[in-house]
Amino acid sequence: MMITDYLPIFIFLVVAVGFALVTIFLSSIIGKRKITPQKMIPYECGMDPIGQARKPFSVKFYIIAMLFIIFDIEAVFLYPWAVIFKELKIFGLVEMAIFIAILLVGFVYVWKKGALEWE
Amino acid sequence: MNLVIPEINWSAIGPELTLSITAMVLLLLSVVASPTARRAIPYLSLLGIAFALLLCISLWGKSAYAFNRMVVLDNYALFFKIIFLITTALTVLMSIRYLKEQGYEHGEYYVLILFAAVGMMFMASAADLIIVFLGLETFSLAIYVLAGFFRAQPKSIESSLKYFLLGAFSTGFLLYGIALIYGATGTTNLKGIYEFVSKAPALTDPLLLIGMGLLIVGFGFKVASVPFHMWTPDVYEGAPTSITAFMSVGPKAAGFAAFLRVFLYALSPLQTDWIWILWVLAVLTMTLGNVVAIAQKNIKRMLAYSSIAHAGYILVAMVAADELGTASVLYYMLAYAFMNLGAFGVIILFGRKGEENVNISDYSGMAAKYPLLAAVMAIFMFSLAGIPPTAGFVGKFYIFSAAVKAGYIGLAIIGVLNSALSVYFYLRITVMMYMRSPEKEFAKLEPSPAMVIALIIAVFGTLQIGITPSHYLNLAKQSILALM
Repeated sequence: MMITDYLPIFIFLVVAVGFALVTIFLSSIIGKRKITPQKMIPYECGMDPIGQARKPFSVKFYIIAMLFIIFDIEAVFLYPWAVIFKELKIFGLVEMAIFIAILLVGFVYVWKKGALEWE
Repeated sequence: MNLVIPEINWSAIGPELTLSITAMVLLLLSVVASPTARRAIPYLSLLGIAFALLLCISLWGKSAYAFNRMVVLDNYALFFKIIFLITTALTVLMSIRYLKEQGYEHGEYYVLILFAAVGMMFMASAADLIIVFLGLETFSLAIYVLAGFFRAQPKSIESSLKYFLLGAFSTGFLLYGIALIYGATGTTNLKGIYEFVSKAPALTDPLLLIGMGLLIVGFGFKVASVPFHMWTPDVYEGAPTSITAFMSVGPKAAGFAAFLRVFLYALSPLQTDWIWILWVLAVLTMTLGNVVAIAQKNIKRMLAYSSIAHAGYILVAMVAADELGTASVLYYMLAYAFMNLGAFGVIILFGRKGEENVNISDYSGMAAKYPLLAAVMAIFMFSLAGIPPTAGFVGKFYIFSAAVKAGYIGLAIIGVLNSALSVYFYLRITVMMYMRSPEKEFAKLEPSPAMVIALIIAVFGTLQIGITPSHYLNLAKQSILALM
């Protein structure tokens, strides 16, 4: 492979960096400046960033996070499957149905256990 | 694009499929069914185990690859699968009354045990390092949870967390080893690794050697060999006793199943490189396990150190590495399953809520009150110590004679000395039971029918394997042909 093959990537890099620089430069000369305390905190939305780090979290967050990962993985797995779906024919459909059925067993269990309720 | 669907051989993983489906059905049952119907869960899991056992027996003698050479079906895998299924069945039988007494009668317990068994079975039939890793993680995750199943007891939680943290750490070693071996040989397939390594036997690729060393660390942790044994006593002591019984046999057998397949088959051309490491590990493991067990006051801790020592004996057989040595690993694992589960069964029966009776001194004078239970415990202790006519004796005999035949006379002498040392702490329990007067009033024991069945099976197994050993040794010899 020649080094020139990387030229489009290099051009893309220059455009990306250039766009960012131009936007920052333009907004700094055109934009109005009005500083409020809200604007000065690291994250404008979400939690108050100052305070004790060792606050207890509700264990519910972890369960939701775990559930998210499971279905996230499922989605990731579905993508390559969808790409070659036609070659796999009926075999692929059955395999994926079994995979999703297994996930569903876990989901039904979690649901029935009441892990999704936030009383 | 041309896509070839790999050959899928469902029947090759029949036992695993059976247990997986049983476990999933029971998981749904544990939340959907009425509380009375939930009582059937342990019995339904026994049904699944029995069906899987029948499948294993019907598959005996067949050999096949499945799932694109990821999984292999041979007698070696089946022999270990039968050990896992016996272990699982005995654990379930011992747990039913115990869980009820302790107030943790949840269906998830049996589901997790079944999933753990599935992981172990995959580890035994792995033809690829990836499957070794998957199997290891499957059973480890289930057992991390099970160790903390008595979640109101701080000791149980501590045991679970310790096992989880150290287990995750050791899995990292194993995975890194697999990655380095892949880097050196370009494959994770055991057959591919064997072919690569045997082409260049004099090869000293440091990548391969480091990978091999890391695999020894990973497997050494799972089988609790010194110096990777630190977790064992604390985890065994804190976990529910039925789970201690399960994890003193199951993961150890699963660890050795994969350990043997990887080292005696895939990495066998490098034998001169790894054999001295295992020699040192075997000596350290036996000696430390037996010496420290003498000082224990808690019987669960004592059996934890004893299980370390037994891992050492099995490592001796691995060092011998010939036909008899390898077969004696399988034989010993089978014998160990019966005698160790039996010993833990007696401990479960003897304890009750709020009064666990896990101190060795609690056993003094037991024979006067419960002569039969004391006799059963004595049989297991004799077998663990290696006194004829029990299975433990014949197992040790095979192991040490294999070591002598292979020329490791020094190792055999150290093993025999260790075995003599171990007689002291096993027989101490027998002496306590028979020759001391009771230190306290014994509460009335009400053994459940399931527990009685489990103890009968364990006693029968311990004696049967010890009295007619040649039959079982022949089965073991048939099983290891796949590795030779």
